[in-house]
Amino acid sequence: MYMAKVRVMLKASVLDPQGSAVFKALHSIGYEDVADVRIGKYMEIQLDGTDEQAVRDRIESMCQQLLANTVIESYTYEVEASR
Amino acid sequence: MKFAVVVFPGSNCDIDAYKAIEDVLRQPVEYVWQDETDLERFDAVFIPGGFSYGDYLRTGAIARFTPVMEAVRHHAEAGKPVIGVCNGFQILLEAGLLPGAMRHNNLLQFRCEMVSLSVEANDTPFTRDYQVGQTIRIPIAHGEGNYFADDATIARLKVNRQIVFRYAGYNPNGSVENIAGICNERRNVVGMMPHPERAVHDWLGSSDGRGMFTSLMSELEVSMHG
Repeated sequence: MYMAKVRVMLKASVLDPQGSAVFKALHSIGYEDVADVRIGKYMEIQLDGTDEQAVRDRIESMCQQLLANTVIESYTYEVEASR
Repeated sequence: MKFAVVVFPGSNCDIDAYKAIEDVLRQPVEYVWQDETDLERFDAVFIPGGFSYGDYLRTGAIARFTPVMEAVRHHAEAGKPVIGVCNGFQILLEAGLLPGAMRHNNLLQFRCEMVSLSVEANDTPFTRDYQVGQTIRIPIAHGEGNYFADDATIARLKVNRQIVFRYAGYNPNGSVENIAGICNERRNVVGMMPHPERAVHDWLGSSDGRGMFTSLMSELEVSMHG
């Protein structure tokens, strides 16, 4: 069994309205040192498998097909053995 | 002529679309559940608005993998007309039947109001009965209608005149180039955020959306007899 931790973020070139709203909110409550906020998605995916590379390939294709929209989003992931 | 209105779990403008087709065109129309694999018997397909699959992950991201979307792809590849409104547009984007993607509205508000649109192209099956440059009033109701495409795609949309509607006057969601609706290169697939099916009688606030349906009717008549 493996655990994949997937992060999906809007690409740097794409404006993040949620991030800017939270950025302004942080400033308004006194965190003026905050320089930028970007909001993304975090997913934990458990999957069967014995070969880490095969699991990575599966996660890669999940990201491409469904988990991220690569027109506006980029993704990263870590894969680790779990029980 | 026969019309399909596609229904997903979470669709909520399906009845409006059905009634608009029935009222304006007096033609047979059928609801088609997401499991349908064959749309051969239909002349045109309407993908209505709503919150398919709760908008989980991204708008339209899950609906695009349903069996009916494969049938919609076949229908589109055969050159037959397909329109996606609001969530229907978002699904067409996710399915890759139209280019680009949707972001949250720039001010993070759900916008539900009448807007003015400028008709940018009338050589699609849904816009024949309008004039280019004409301003029409159609309501919007969405939280994620902030259309985005990269510069190369926008340039291509312009060269091919695939921008069908732009917001006129002001832009309610931050959409690039004020884009409210686009079509594919072949021009038979149209996606738009505003709801023409909610603007088919004056007592609804506007009847400017009727033209989308009457255009389709004249298009289908031409392709049948022409």
